[in-house]
Amino acid sequence: MIDLTVIWAGIIGFAIVAYVVMDGFDLGIGILFPLFKVGKDRDTAMNSIAPVWDGNETWLVLGGGGLLAAFPLAYAIILPALYAPLIAMLLGLVLRGVAFEFRWRDPAHRAIWDHAFTGGSAVATFAQGVALGALLQGISVQGRAYSGGWWEWLSPFSLLTGVALMVGYSLLGACWLNWKTEGGLQRQVVTYAGRLGIALLILIGAVSLATLTLEASYQSRWLSWPGVLATAQVPLATVIVTALFYRSLSRQRDAQPFLWALALFGLCLLGLGISIWPYVIPARVTIWEAAAPYRSQLFMLIGGGILVPVILAYTAWAYWVFRGKVGSEGYH
Amino acid sequence: MFDSLDALLLARAQFAFTVSFHFLFPAFSIGLASYLMILEGLWLATGKGVYANLFRYWLKIFAVVFAMGVVSGIVMSYQFGTNWSVFSDKAGPVIGPLMAYEVLTAFFLEAGFLGVMLFGINKVGRKLHFTATCAVAVGTFISAFWILSVNSWMQTPTGYEMGANGQFLPGPSWIAIIFNPSFPYRLVHTVLAAYLTTAFAVGGVGAWHLLKDRTNPGARTMFSMAMWMAAIVAPIQIFAGDMHGLNTLEHQPVKVMAMEGHYDSHPDGAPLILFGIPDSANKRVDYAISIPKASSLILKHDLNAPMKGLDRVPDGDKPPVGIVFWAFRVMVGIGFAMLGLGLWSLVARARRKLHDWTWLHRAALVMGPAGFIAVLAGWVVTEVGRQPFTIYGLLRTANSASPLDAPAVAASLLAFVLVYFSVFGMGIWYLLYLMKKPPEAHESTLDGAPIRTAGITPAPAIEGGEG
Repeated sequence: MIDLTVIWAGIIGFAIVAYVVMDGFDLGIGILFPLFKVGKDRDTAMNSIAPVWDGNETWLVLGGGGLLAAFPLAYAIILPALYAPLIAMLLGLVLRGVAFEFRWRDPAHRAIWDHAFTGGSAVATFAQGVALGALLQGISVQGRAYSGGWWEWLSPFSLLTGVALMVGYSLLGACWLNWKTEGGLQRQVVTYAGRLGIALLILIGAVSLATLTLEASYQSRWLSWPGVLATAQVPLATVIVTALFYRSLSRQRDAQPFLWALALFGLCLLGLGISIWPYVIPARVTIWEAAAPYRSQLFMLIGGGILVPVILAYTAWAYWVFRGKVGSEGYH
Repeated sequence: MFDSLDALLLARAQFAFTVSFHFLFPAFSIGLASYLMILEGLWLATGKGVYANLFRYWLKIFAVVFAMGVVSGIVMSYQFGTNWSVFSDKAGPVIGPLMAYEVLTAFFLEAGFLGVMLFGINKVGRKLHFTATCAVAVGTFISAFWILSVNSWMQTPTGYEMGANGQFLPGPSWIAIIFNPSFPYRLVHTVLAAYLTTAFAVGGVGAWHLLKDRTNPGARTMFSMAMWMAAIVAPIQIFAGDMHGLNTLEHQPVKVMAMEGHYDSHPDGAPLILFGIPDSANKRVDYAISIPKASSLILKHDLNAPMKGLDRVPDGDKPPVGIVFWAFRVMVGIGFAMLGLGLWSLVARARRKLHDWTWLHRAALVMGPAGFIAVLAGWVVTEVGRQPFTIYGLLRTANSASPLDAPAVAASLLAFVLVYFSVFGMGIWYLLYLMKKPPEAHESTLDGAPIRTAGITPAPAIEGGEG
């Protein structure tokens, strides 16, 4: 019999990748927002994501809902463990989500909602990074429940991953705007993309090295012979992708820098997967221990197998409708 | 012990607060999405400009409501885990797949087509745009379907097996889980409530503008449409509510005892307490105004049918009576007021003064927010009424919460209160501001900008307001 647990781990992983690919750039634009000129530039940046942000965030709901459905035990342990960063993330998403509408409804207070957009995006991103770091560094578990305190997530490592994700999403945001805008705003974000790329590379290196010190299993997974021959390809590919990213940037391509930046994120997530597989809570709970029963997995797999391709198709269509460079008066 | 009790109370307060705020928005957007679908359909079918203008008018309001619904909904999807982790662990194998189906079949559908619905009219052409509007409307209904199935399963759990590890596991049939005994009734009652809520909100806005200018064609049309909904749906809703009540009596009789204020058993016909003040300490209803044997008549269709009371229920298994008793009366009272207004509008229509009867308009204006209050009251009846259980009769609320320290939950509750009141307070203010503006003959698109003529497809011409 095919192991549905492995398939579901793959689907949750796919939802996380899809979320990062899609929501990463619009959170990043929120972080960079105060750097854009008030007026046309900000409106353009906003218009470039207004039609798609809601769909992008739905992948986050699928990640959470899917985890509850496929790995209820992991959902029940991880979420209380990451309580403070997750609540902060949710509140950040509330603030930035309403800002999309409210800044157009209330021009007199647009500055306030622009701050809410930036603040919410920054908090949500930082909190996601912290949550990821906290998961990697390990969670206290006793029986079927989280057993740590409500500050266990806080560590230099989790703060580092928080900062790294902010830089990473900002890079995606800058690259997205390079793709979707023209003129002064485009020139501005190209400069940012160049700097953010270097910063991200340094932070990826720092997080990777720090990760190796967290758990003995991470070290043996990455560094033991002969596995290292395979795992060494990930940092190697990271260097190559970075070079390709800079080449496309200097050749003034529209879409390519964004796609290479996504590839960089893909490699980071691959690295993450290599570190924790087959655990869902590192060194504590495996995917099989956390898995929902076969009937739950099968029932969802039937729906997911049919619906996810359909969703991807109409999401692609929605992006296609709003293709090309964006104007400031645009859809709004 | 005290600490865990406090954390539990705080977690319950936080869930009640966030879900109450959240529920207001989908209650409006489910109805509004369908209303927009009908308006755009009428525009396509008749070509009358008044429908296009009303569509644009309500689309701006819908965009704000929907955004608030989305962000407050994301909070709910994570709160099951952050605050109710033991419940999530135990119930996840059963309810998790249903919620995943909600994301896959509803949330993506709504979100994927919302962008086109809001911003794409000049890009995709009329028919494809109408398709997007329909997709959003259908999405809101599918969403209600799944989440109410989950809620109903927690009220009337069926089709499950108990696992050795204490988890609820799905039995052989998912149909038995999804279509659990209270689900069909709850689904009909709740969706009708969303339609009525929207109808009265639209009617209130129409009435407001009719009071200022009886000739405004947009106001005339929206008021007339809303009053048709009130006259048709309110009586259906009262019937559906009665059916739902009978279903509750069958599966959750203790909830009905609390709704009725029946502290005592009545072996030969129970009275219907219209009003009174429940006193749980002394287990009686003070100052009760009641109709003898009427409760037995309504619930059992027999004047002398015996009815058990809360005296047959162990103290630890009782819901708080007062709040359920009062919320139920608020809901029913509003329901009959809605019916009254619907009938009044029929009289006005027959006398050809629907658009000229100032007192009718004033009444409709007052009733504008009534649906929201009724929806919240109904929610309180069903959610407080099933206490002290999260999974009725099987898992207690006290045994469902996350192992969190009280200060953590207190801090998050405070943060939610501050952010929700300021953010959604402003949002509701913007809604009222949008509603205050009369529908115009050349209603603008979403940004207040003039109708654009550029774009991939030429912009469809919008006729003047006279339909």
